[in-house]
Amino acid sequence: MLDSGRTEETLLEVNNIEVIYNHVILVLKGVSLSVPKGGITALLGGNGAGKTTTLKAISNLLHSERGEVTKGSIMYRGANTQGLDPAAMVKTGVIQVMEGRHCFEHLTVEENLLTGAYTRSNSADIARDLEMVYTYFPRLNERRKSQAGYTSGGEQQMVAIGRALMSRPETILLDEPSMGLAPQLVEEIFTIVKDLNEKEGATFLLAEQNTNVALRFAHYGYILESGRVVMDGPAKELRENPDVKEFYLGMSDEGRKSFRDVRSYRRRKRWLS
Amino acid sequence: MPDSLLFGTEVLLNGLMAGVLYALVALGFVLIFKASGIFNYAQGVMALFAALTLVGIMEGQVPFSHLINAAFGTDIHHFGWHVPALVAIIITMVVMVFLAWAVNHFVMRHLVNQEPIILFMATIGLAYFLEGFGDLMWGSDIKKLDVGLPQGGSFWIEENTQWLGFGNENFYGFFLDKLDLVATVIAAILVAALVIFAQYTKQGRAMRAVADDHQAALSVGISLNFIWIMVWSVAGFVALVAGIMWGAKSGVQFSLSLIALKALPVLMLGGFTSIPGAIVGGLIIGVGEKLFEFAIGPYIGGATENWFAYVLALIFLVFRPQGLFGEKIIERV
Ligand SMILES: Nc1ncnc2c1ncn2[C@@H]1O[C@H](COP(=O)(O)OP(=O)(O)OP(=O)(O)O)[C@@H](O)[C@H]1O
Ligand SMILES: [Mg+2]
Repeated sequence: MLDSGRTEETLLEVNNIEVIYNHVILVLKGVSLSVPKGGITALLGGNGAGKTTTLKAISNLLHSERGEVTKGSIMYRGANTQGLDPAAMVKTGVIQVMEGRHCFEHLTVEENLLTGAYTRSNSADIARDLEMVYTYFPRLNERRKSQAGYTSGGEQQMVAIGRALMSRPETILLDEPSMGLAPQLVEEIFTIVKDLNEKEGATFLLAEQNTNVALRFAHYGYILESGRVVMDGPAKELRENPDVKEFYLGMSDEGRKSFRDVRSYRRRKRWLS
Repeated sequence: MPDSLLFGTEVLLNGLMAGVLYALVALGFVLIFKASGIFNYAQGVMALFAALTLVGIMEGQVPFSHLINAAFGTDIHHFGWHVPALVAIIITMVVMVFLAWAVNHFVMRHLVNQEPIILFMATIGLAYFLEGFGDLMWGSDIKKLDVGLPQGGSFWIEENTQWLGFGNENFYGFFLDKLDLVATVIAAILVAALVIFAQYTKQGRAMRAVADDHQAALSVGISLNFIWIMVWSVAGFVALVAGIMWGAKSGVQFSLSLIALKALPVLMLGGFTSIPGAIVGGLIIGVGEKLFEFAIGPYIGGATENWFAYVLALIFLVFRPQGLFGEKIIERV
């Protein structure tokens, strides 16, 4: 239903990457995905599936966590971006909003937003974008002079997204925006994401555990499990897929299980009947 | 006006002037601590090193001359030229920026994400290394530093404040040291500049952002290495200014590095992360120790200036561990 903004041009392409932490812990075991320009692409999966790791591999933030891409390639607009540092990545147009609302607690809301424009220099453009962010997040306008550490969880998530917008990104890697927020706020934030996508043409790669909300707002989805993509497809199809329904949308009364259990689970059922 | 009030005021003024210098040295600590969580034990030695380098350059000394002479059997000491103070100060600053780069490149950037105690120990190592390196480079003899700052008491102030005695014949006007006055003015300007830098400039904001959350700072494209080199350079600059003030007053020698000890109680009082805290803390300690020595010192045998600041800071720690202005630890659940 929301396929309006999506185009066929591929911006980001992740080809079969492997990621190892601390030289020993293999976390991603061959993940491939592609992100079309102007779309909202969802990366779904439970705790520890490797969503955050995938996003950090793309934004080149793995290094500071002692992680390393050991196989595969990551291309942005057809160019390999693995050698770039995070700052160069931001200048290329890819910025990550980290999981858990990392805002700068002792800086005011407005100072937080301005740090997002660190890689830019034209102050007139920056001032204009600040106003743009305030029109999308009117709550932040009200609290522009407050210390970010004293704002609510929802406001902090807005600060984190607004700060990323201040870099004038083409692609935003949004890591679990729903984490720890009340359903109503999750709805509010996803609506703003959709707005940004449709009106500003921003491309999103969205990592979420909240499959339900993510598939309602995204165009396309990938499901990740133990470092592998186990399923992908248009959001609409995923929403209707019986396995997704059962294991990720909580429409079964047996609780959530893993896809890997699916086969044995079915077999067991057959054997019982 | 009664004698005690007049002399008390003079003591107060002297205390304020000392306090501004303490605040300056403390600021050197605060900046590095804010941006990287490192308590830089080497700050005092950096002041000594800066002053040694400044004197060496002004006098046209050949660096590492002992080493060169020992290796090649030569006998060189000086280039035979003198460098004007201003030029020498600029060259010294370049050396301090290079030092900042080297500290970051060879030590600190390898210790990201380590425990604060490990970073602290690294700076202890740095302090001893730098002390030895300074000796090796410029020799260990006591040097005179003369960058042309005025010396002696200010007669102008003395003459123009005599009327404040309102006929008191024991009062000849306030006696203030010219060097102290100049140092106060320069330190005050520098403190103001540092505050403006940290609060209102893009790089200052980035520095505070790195202090709060370096992962998030990285994610918006701030280069941690750049910010760290920047704060170590600023700390080097502060060290240079402090080194010039102290060096001009009492010569360039090892004891200069002990000015860091004066900053420690200031930090305990003002909080390790607060710029206004360093300023107010510096003034309180400067004034407090001079007034205490003046009013109570004579009854308990004097020399209270050595310990008064620490006692004051300890009393403070008991009641307000984060310091006067220390950032409240924001906790949310
Ligand atoms: N810095 C690290 N060092 C070692 N292992 C790590 C590190 N970061 C993550 N891991 C491991 O990698 C795996 C994937 O983690 P990741 O954070 O990518 O999962 P996720 O899908 O984002 O999970 P969540 O939904 O809980 O955020 C986990 O098993 C985790 O323990
Ligand atoms: Mg995650």
